[in-house]
Amino acid sequence: MPAPGGLPRASTDRTVRLAFAVVRIDGRRCGVLAALVGVLVVLFVLGLAIGSAWLSPGTVWHALAAGGHGDAATIVRQVRLPRTLIGVVVGVALGAAGAVMQGHTRNPLADPGLFGVTAGAGLAVVLGMVVLDVRDPAAQVWLAIAGAGVATALVLAVGGRSGGNPVPLALAGVAVSALLGTVTSFLVLSDRPTLDTYRRWVVGSLAGRELSVTARVLPFVAAGLVLALLNARSMDLLGLGTDTARGLGQRLVPARLVGLTAVTLLTAAATAAAGPIGFVGLVVPHLARRLVGISYRWVVPCSALLGGCLLVAADVAGRTVPGELQVGVAVALVGAPVFVAVARRRRAVAP
Amino acid sequence: MTAHATRTDRPSARTAGRRRRVRPAAVLAVVLLGALAVGVVALTVGDFPLSVPRVLAVLVGRGDGATRLIVLELRAPRVLVGLLAGAGLALAGALTQTVVRNPLASPDVLGVTSGASLGAVAAIVGGGGTYEVSDALLRAGVPLCAAVGGLAAATLVVGLSWRRGLAPTRLVLVGVGLASAVTALTSWLLVVAKVNDATTASVWLAGSVSSRGWAQAVPLAIALAVLVPAGLALARPLSVLELGDEVAAGLGLRVRATAFAAAAVAVCLTAAAVSAAGAIGFVGLVVPQIMLRLAGTTRPPLAASAAGGALLVGGADLAERLLFSWEVPVGLATAALGAPYLIWLLIRQRRTA
Repeated sequence: MPAPGGLPRASTDRTVRLAFAVVRIDGRRCGVLAALVGVLVVLFVLGLAIGSAWLSPGTVWHALAAGGHGDAATIVRQVRLPRTLIGVVVGVALGAAGAVMQGHTRNPLADPGLFGVTAGAGLAVVLGMVVLDVRDPAAQVWLAIAGAGVATALVLAVGGRSGGNPVPLALAGVAVSALLGTVTSFLVLSDRPTLDTYRRWVVGSLAGRELSVTARVLPFVAAGLVLALLNARSMDLLGLGTDTARGLGQRLVPARLVGLTAVTLLTAAATAAAGPIGFVGLVVPHLARRLVGISYRWVVPCSALLGGCLLVAADVAGRTVPGELQVGVAVALVGAPVFVAVARRRRAVAP
Repeated sequence: MTAHATRTDRPSARTAGRRRRVRPAAVLAVVLLGALAVGVVALTVGDFPLSVPRVLAVLVGRGDGATRLIVLELRAPRVLVGLLAGAGLALAGALTQTVVRNPLASPDVLGVTSGASLGAVAAIVGGGGTYEVSDALLRAGVPLCAAVGGLAAATLVVGLSWRRGLAPTRLVLVGVGLASAVTALTSWLLVVAKVNDATTASVWLAGSVSSRGWAQAVPLAIALAVLVPAGLALARPLSVLELGDEVAAGLGLRVRATAFAAAAVAVCLTAAAVSAAGAIGFVGLVVPQIMLRLAGTTRPPLAASAAGGALLVGGADLAERLLFSWEVPVGLATAALGAPYLIWLLIRQRRTA
């Protein structure tokens, strides 16, 4: 409290210093986000330039902006631009979804597929192949999103009314995922042509997706990102424990519902576009917490950007290997050593 | 994230206390008897049905030659592999969940299952497709490659996360990172493999006990005869560890040694079970959580988890042989039986909470 007749000098100093400290910390975090945006732009350009034919940045620019002709322009516009764009969208979606999932479950093992989203999408795609003979990625988008939605509703029905406690919800997700996965495996193992298609879908890949796939999933990703960012404050409060959060005026059920909707939208869109890519959502939030601290107002955007960077980088790296590595494989091979090194080096920060 | 089984029935402190002691023991007894019964019934089922008394007669050393051949040579190894693999996986799961204090942890957090899968799939894809090695060599080579892969991956996980002790969060993160990379390699092998090999590998990955003989059952039985007592002996130290590292150390427990011993036993149990029966998922994660809810304890009960795992995998194998004419991998039947049961327990718990 200020003393009557003006602030004592020492106290003013401390206030000013504190204010500067806050600004400086936030400045650092903004710097991290800005740097990540820069990295993402660089990776995007690399994604357009690198592949079986290496192109110079000038050629890429010419193909994109100046309406260039020839093989190089066709490669850039028809093949690499759709592929890199979808990599950014899927990576951003998975990164943000992973952050929200860990924010709600408070479990370092929680990944975006925990509440049955991936298993539901997988089953829907396989059912589409077996029953309706749908094998076109653009058509599979709707199946995957529908399946993911049904699976999440099922998980919510089983474990949802436990209110504050995330353990029953997570276990319900595990159980429902296992059940749906069993049906998928059963269908796949009893029909060889389906296994042949499914084993390529299930590793996750960005190849052969047209721009229409990105256009279809983009609204879901945008809606999911908005909900995730709106949910960040609630997640910070929930981190203090459900009782404290309730005492501070946080209503638990709406917060959980918003978070769950965000995760479902983001993960369903990503899975629909590129197949189930596991590693990104699980790992990126841990890296984000190292960079920007534990507040989800920073962790969510940072995870989204990191996810985009990781996925595009993995896709580019996978393309340089002869025979081409699927992005779901490349992302784990590229990301795991980095992640293990980070997890080893400093004291682990639990979500 | 700690798991609690919520109970509302508290007539008085005294009866509640007695019930708390009696209930885990009763659950253990019932589940153990159930597993034994499933084992005996499974010996009667097949192309040539036998009555329970005839099977029991063979088991005590009597019966005619044909019956003895069917029961002891054809059915017993398969049934035994199912029961023992289930027990090993579930006990490993209970140990892992206690050490890392996370109900979502399974032995795969330690890298064993993914390492074993990579070893086995590499053997199937490399041996089966490219070099056309004989079936017998493949049958002996796959379990060996699985065991070696599992132990190597687990050693790597524990070695990389060991820094003056096993901190649960670090162990989990390193394990998850390494397991993802190893699983990615396995998926890549499945994509580049011929479709026949991919099918064989997919069946192995789902977990299967079909056409298992004494060559698989005997090593598994020997491993479990050593490892199960070792695991059960850790029950008391682990109940102290549950109080937290500092308190446990204050009570004179050697925290690091206990955590390391539990992890090591869990790794060896999983490696033994998986190399004999394939990567049966789900058992290690779910059975401890089911038994915790049934027994009303605060951490997964070790002995009851082992018995529950045997009952689940044995029962799944039996159910699948009764219902399907083709060989459905036992891992699928396990999830199909276990998942609805866990769902039902969760719904019931929500209602009483």
